[in-house]
Amino acid sequence: MNRKITIAAMWIALVALPWWLPLIGGYTALGSKVLIYAIATMGLNLLLGFTGGLSFGQAAYFGLGAYGAGMTLKYLAPSTPLAILIGTLVGGAAATLLGPLVMRRRGIYFAMITIAIGQLFYFIMVRWNEVTGGEDGLAGFSRQDIHLGSWIYRLDETNFYYLVLIGFTIAVAVLWVVLQSPLGHTFVAIRENRRRIEFLGVRVERYIWVAFSIAGFITAFAGTLNALLFNFTSPQDLHWILSGNFVIMIVLGGMRSFFGPLIGVIIFVVAQDYLSSITGNWMTFIGMIFVLIVLLFPRGVLGILARRIEAL
Amino acid sequence: MQLLLFNAFNGLIQGVFYALMALGLALILSLNSVINMAHGGFLVIGAYLAYALSPYLGFWGALVAGPVLAAAIGLVVERLLIRPIYNRSDPLYSLLLTFGLALIVEDLTRTIWGPQGLPLEIPDVINSPVSDVYFFVTGYRLFVIGITTAAVVGLYLLLRYTLLGIRIRAGINDLETTAALGVNIYRLRALNFGFGCLFAGLSGVLAAGVLGLTPPMGNSLIMPSFVAIIIGGVGSLFGAVVGGLIIGLAAGITTTYYPAASEAVIYLMMLIVLVVRPRGLFGEEGLFE
Repeated sequence: MNRKITIAAMWIALVALPWWLPLIGGYTALGSKVLIYAIATMGLNLLLGFTGGLSFGQAAYFGLGAYGAGMTLKYLAPSTPLAILIGTLVGGAAATLLGPLVMRRRGIYFAMITIAIGQLFYFIMVRWNEVTGGEDGLAGFSRQDIHLGSWIYRLDETNFYYLVLIGFTIAVAVLWVVLQSPLGHTFVAIRENRRRIEFLGVRVERYIWVAFSIAGFITAFAGTLNALLFNFTSPQDLHWILSGNFVIMIVLGGMRSFFGPLIGVIIFVVAQDYLSSITGNWMTFIGMIFVLIVLLFPRGVLGILARRIEAL
Repeated sequence: MQLLLFNAFNGLIQGVFYALMALGLALILSLNSVINMAHGGFLVIGAYLAYALSPYLGFWGALVAGPVLAAAIGLVVERLLIRPIYNRSDPLYSLLLTFGLALIVEDLTRTIWGPQGLPLEIPDVINSPVSDVYFFVTGYRLFVIGITTAAVVGLYLLLRYTLLGIRIRAGINDLETTAALGVNIYRLRALNFGFGCLFAGLSGVLAAGVLGLTPPMGNSLIMPSFVAIIIGGVGSLFGAVVGGLIIGLAAGITTTYYPAASEAVIYLMMLIVLVVRPRGLFGEEGLFE
């Protein structure tokens, strides 16, 4: 019951965000950014926290989604839904194709391969100048108002936030359904005891592939929204530093809980926004956050809360 | 032909840095079970400390001092930050911790020495071209190859013939049994981490002489080193060295024909190796599978 109230309060707060966030010194686009990163990290957490696949190159699919959406708008057709669709398919397809190369490996090796594969796309975007804008990033496109028959949904800052919120809702629903299904239970079982599941005759590798693929599609979807939010994307959106940030956000919030990544994203994005406004050395502070979380709060915020409640 | 040789040789030199870096990473990966994302950080520390000390110690002194100081800092980091998390079974944590360190080192280097590139002065004795036709074969580059060969052979001899080396290899093979036989595995892992950082530092000083110093140099060299390990095969130190040289050469040769792909090519090679031979060229069967 308690949980239902918390979750209802969360949705109300999210729906009302354009009203209250400016009052406490934020801005609506920051809310959009938080939700976008929340989509990406919750998708990644299906793989990381629930299946136990240590993907450290997730930014690649985020960035591919972003470039897919940006290039669709720039070169193909001025349609926001089409941009989202194509970007999501590009990023998701890349993850699905590369899945078989990583799924056989475990632990550290899985992490290394996923990071290194991410760099492939990074260098393609940096070097394929004439199409991707190279180092400077892809600009010169902007999100287009959505036409549904004669009704037009204007994508100003607030309306775009609601589009992102709808996207977030869809992603949450998909992930929730997956995790409640036998498929989701298999994921968790693989995380808990891979060998045992193998002995039961389950083809573990295939399930990891599926998790990798779903995570790829969802992260790419987030990437498309990110490109539309800023009307811009750059190679930084596929850099391994962003991949690392995604992982730390998940750990910070709590990788064993469904909404953990959202909490982690809120704390991390707000901290990053604040730190970069007061100091040029914000990277050092972010680095220190990494170290402190690992040493002191490995369970994350929700992990600690869950323990407290259990202890009561 | 001249151009091809020029680029191939450049690539080879680059590959030497990858190989040194990958060797240190592979050592730490095997015994400490840590993907040291901060390895580039130790490279940068070695390079910049050598730069800072070279006015006082000269190039030769700095060449020794840089790597040794990087190793010393590595020992401190291992003791204070990494040792407390060895017992966490999930490798995620050491990865994140060293990732944070990598960010800190890059940022602090930029604050202390500035974002612009700095040159490392090399003594004239070893800096002149060896031949007029092959102008790119400078003494320094041959020197880099020589020092690296000596370091790799030195490590091999250490691992093969000394008690410490035997213990390290035993630990890589089965840490628990090694501990049960009375070896202090905490000290062993600490020393091994130090060796890894020594190689990172050496790679940094040598690379600084060719490429100059910039704060992100370490973090841009680390990804190719991962590729070197994956191509060479996880668990094989020899593989890491070979992998580093191969990707360096491949990148150099690609520069001649299609410069834009010179970075992407090594990642493509990695994909091909993963398809054709998933465990890498010299990787052991069953490791992390």
